[in-house]
Amino acid sequence: MNTRVSGSGAVIKKTSIRHVLKTEIKSWQIYLCLLPFFSIFFVFTVLPVLKAVRYSFTYFNIFQEPQWIGLDNYKNLFLHDDVFIKALANTFYFAIITGPLGYLISLMLAWVINDFSPAIRSILTVVFYAPSISGQLYLIWTLMFSGDSAGFVNGFLIKYGIINEPVQWLTDPTYMMSVIILVALWMSLGAGFLSFIAGFQGIDKGLYEAGAIDGIRNRYQEFWFITLPAIKPQLMFGAVMSVTSSFAAADIMINLAGFPSTDYAAHTIVTHLQDYGFIRYDMGYACAIATILFLMMVFVNKWVQKLIRKV
Amino acid sequence: MFRGRRLNRSAAVNALNFLLLMLLGAFMALPFVYVLNNAFKPLDELFIYPPRLFVQNPTLDNFSDMFTVMSESVITFSRYVFNSLFVTAVGTAGMVLISSLAAFALAKYRLGLRKVLFNIVVLSLMFSGQVTALPNYLTMRDLGWIDSYLAIIVPAFAMPLNLFLMKQFMESMIPDTIIESASIDGAGVLNSFFKIAMPMVKPAWLTAIIFSVQNLWNSTGGNFIFSEQYKPLQYALQQILAGGIVRAGVGSAVAVVMMIVPVSVFILSQSNVVETMSASGLKE
Repeated sequence: MNTRVSGSGAVIKKTSIRHVLKTEIKSWQIYLCLLPFFSIFFVFTVLPVLKAVRYSFTYFNIFQEPQWIGLDNYKNLFLHDDVFIKALANTFYFAIITGPLGYLISLMLAWVINDFSPAIRSILTVVFYAPSISGQLYLIWTLMFSGDSAGFVNGFLIKYGIINEPVQWLTDPTYMMSVIILVALWMSLGAGFLSFIAGFQGIDKGLYEAGAIDGIRNRYQEFWFITLPAIKPQLMFGAVMSVTSSFAAADIMINLAGFPSTDYAAHTIVTHLQDYGFIRYDMGYACAIATILFLMMVFVNKWVQKLIRKV
Repeated sequence: MFRGRRLNRSAAVNALNFLLLMLLGAFMALPFVYVLNNAFKPLDELFIYPPRLFVQNPTLDNFSDMFTVMSESVITFSRYVFNSLFVTAVGTAGMVLISSLAAFALAKYRLGLRKVLFNIVVLSLMFSGQVTALPNYLTMRDLGWIDSYLAIIVPAFAMPLNLFLMKQFMESMIPDTIIESASIDGAGVLNSFFKIAMPMVKPAWLTAIIFSVQNLWNSTGGNFIFSEQYKPLQYALQQILAGGIVRAGVGSAVAVVMMIVPVSVFILSQSNVVETMSASGLKE
């Protein structure tokens, strides 16, 4: 008995050595596959976050070595920089409207589109998705909202007697943010929208039949109790896309309302960051803004994930 | 047209949905209609008052003016086009190889670091490039990559969203048994990757190509390109449209040229994208 056990043990040992050797070679190959991506990823995505956090505690003008100044940058941001507080308020205002609204529009449109035949569905998908992939095309809105009477919107409104004289859509602080939000919503049907469309198409139809037996009575109950839980992973993915992009808005503000905008009415955290980073070369201060932006984006994302998990 | 399984919905609700869809569709399409019409408008129609949406006597003048307007600038219009094409082509080719290799390794092999690495990638979807812009500027400066195609191309090789999508798709589409039996037959990781995995996940890398083309073609050079001769087409458009209403015709022509690339690429491969996005969900 004893010998048999030790005998078979030896056999196992022999093969496992061969096995280990083989997996060793393999894991060397696996690491080689990962190396190019992750070295670039670490240099240009992970490391910069850590560097931004470190520089945020320094005075750094890029010509001299950074000097450690502790929390001074953060103190100045919150206690002495009125423009930053305004940027913070603008960013939240913009994000609270465009984030959830863009998300809901994406979800509802994907749901409605899902009822159509594949041909019509794909045409509608292109129409709704196109704005988010057309790059700088949104600049066309500057022509449409141009402040003179040759502007398309002004011309239209004057023609029908809704306004008497041209409105300065993009320079008047009263209208600026609303126009930007409109354009941002126009562009908000991106990767999340596609994810919802795919999610709706992938739902097992048996679920609906089972639901009907269990007493689901109308389409809205069906949507809430069957459809939404079935696409929860896509809901989470779409939320990440919405949250991140709504807090990142800056180019759209700069290109529509100018930089800086009148009364800083369209100034955001990111435009503030660009101002201090790339115009004033106050890298330490700008990195403190970047760190705050990073924490905000990650915390809001995590929080929204938590909310959606309850659906 | 409607699927059979549907619970009843009143005709009124259907009509309302349809109306809403048409209104939203019109709103989405308006800038496209506007820009397409503007691009073909002769000068007198562009400045007509009150402004008209549709073109009456279409002309190709604006497209030929693209080259003359830009010939006054430091570099020719074709150089902008070349810059955009070059960056998009090289960046996308490198991205497909590098990102799908990593996605395959993460999706199909057991590895101690696998969870950690993937979680960092997911975390990176939760913040945008502006967070890293300043340190990256310093890195590019130290590497001597300011005013070089490399500054745009190399970071694009490792696009987290694409790694995420490809890894998720490979995990659900490639059976473990196939990779296992291939490795018992002595196939190395690279062999399994090129011969088995890549042909099976064509929708995933087509989608990655689309996202990469959108990303690179739409890049304006940002904070890394200052010298005019390396600027892309999107930057040229910004400059032309900064001329305001006076340049509306030429600007629209350039906008048409620019949007054709991402939109047509998407139309051609839409079904692949939707297939890939079905695996896009975030589990936990």
